[in-house]
Amino acid sequence: MGPEFYITRHNELIDPVVAVWSWQIPVYLFLGGWVAGMMILTGISLLRGRYAQRSCVCSTLPVVGLALLSLGMLALFLDLEHKLYVWRLYTTFEASSPMSWGAWILLLVYPVLALTGLVRPPSLLLDLSRTVRHASTWLQSRPHVVRAAGGLSIGAGMALGIYTGILLSALGARPLWAGGLLGPLFLVSGLSTAAAFTHLVASDPGESREFALVDNMALTAEIAILALFMLGLLSGSSAQVAAAQLFLGGAYTAPFWVLVVLVGIVVPLIVQTLAVTHRIAHTPVAPLLVMAGGLALRFVFVQAGQVSHWAHGVSTLVP
Amino acid sequence: MARYGMAIDTRQCVGCMDCVVACRAENGVPAGLARDWIAYETTGAFPTLQMEIRSERCNHCDRPPCVACCPTGASHVAQPGHIVLVTHGECIGCKACLASCPYDARFVHPEGYADKCTFCAHRVADGLDPACASVCPSRCFTFGDLDDPNSAISRTLASRRSHTLLPAAGTGPRIFYLD
Repeated sequence: MGPEFYITRHNELIDPVVAVWSWQIPVYLFLGGWVAGMMILTGISLLRGRYAQRSCVCSTLPVVGLALLSLGMLALFLDLEHKLYVWRLYTTFEASSPMSWGAWILLLVYPVLALTGLVRPPSLLLDLSRTVRHASTWLQSRPHVVRAAGGLSIGAGMALGIYTGILLSALGARPLWAGGLLGPLFLVSGLSTAAAFTHLVASDPGESREFALVDNMALTAEIAILALFMLGLLSGSSAQVAAAQLFLGGAYTAPFWVLVVLVGIVVPLIVQTLAVTHRIAHTPVAPLLVMAGGLALRFVFVQAGQVSHWAHGVSTLVP
Repeated sequence: MARYGMAIDTRQCVGCMDCVVACRAENGVPAGLARDWIAYETTGAFPTLQMEIRSERCNHCDRPPCVACCPTGASHVAQPGHIVLVTHGECIGCKACLASCPYDARFVHPEGYADKCTFCAHRVADGLDPACASVCPSRCFTFGDLDDPNSAISRTLASRRSHTLLPAAGTGPRIFYLD
């Protein structure tokens, strides 16, 4: 029989279980991952020379990325308890802090998004600004600069995507987050979300189908990483095994298996596989499910991670 | 350079909460929040039960995860004494330190910054014990320099068996509970 444990502390956000992060951080991580995926896809598109075509997705993704990233930053800002001091993030660089890395990576991401967005800007922007028109013409006449921008976009996108997972896994006090697989998991999930979104908005049917294939590959990789993640927890310390139990009969079993795995990965993977093999028509159902699943993944991991604890099995109650 | 730590005799602690009240009074801890607290842990099966009463607080770890994850450097290890402190004016309230602490020793002060036990650094600088240690009626606290082999805490730890909380978390806590 386990110990009985009582404490006289009842600090807000800490007791009875840690709940320091609410909806803002999962939303920020989801949008950050989505933008990261779009940056990678934009980079690949630029490297392949697709920007020569007006229908290229590289016309849409960077602009949408700028908007989504700003929304994510707003969510992050809303989470801060000492909001007026947010500028302190940029007065120092703390090498051991993933959040500090993230703050500086975000500073790099904005100009890269702007640069890649200028290669083939949406016609609305071209009509509105002569400067944008000139910049676009200048870039398109210099393929080596476009290729460099593409490479930069892939690099910054990968850094951003991995950072969204490392942010959690660096907080070793929570056994569910411990280990290095959250970075790749969130990166692949972000790539899958971005591919699903691009599949939805791509105007060229051939390109749209390509992104459905990319999405299928990312979803398959996500299943593999999730399986490795669970194996890692189950073969770890007793605290990590207890953390895995949150998904294997514990409080987060239904959200994880139904929303993340079934609705967010398995069903869209089946539907999209049938579509790319021409057995059914492409519909928005699969990509929308993928995007919902990506959001659910962040919510489930952030909330369940906070509940997991090295002193597992111990409940903190006020006598 | 000093490295302060604390030994707490679980055989003498009666859970009177004087330490909690002293901390609140000394540091102006807001109502409803606590920098230190009492934990009661009962193990075994009836009728062979054992109870340990502990006064708990920030462990001022040798490898503090709260300092490593702080994006602004607000959480830092202060000298002398390797005391883990928070500079209020540099904290943005991101709460990463709250999530990173395996002891759940931190909380958000109503003014927005992360707060926790400071080992009463202002008293220690004047050569006094932390408030919790100085008021304990059962004298179960021993505070001092762990790196000084002649300090009271070093002698106590050398002569008694002790344990730390959650050693598997790997943070090197500097609060020792005497068995």
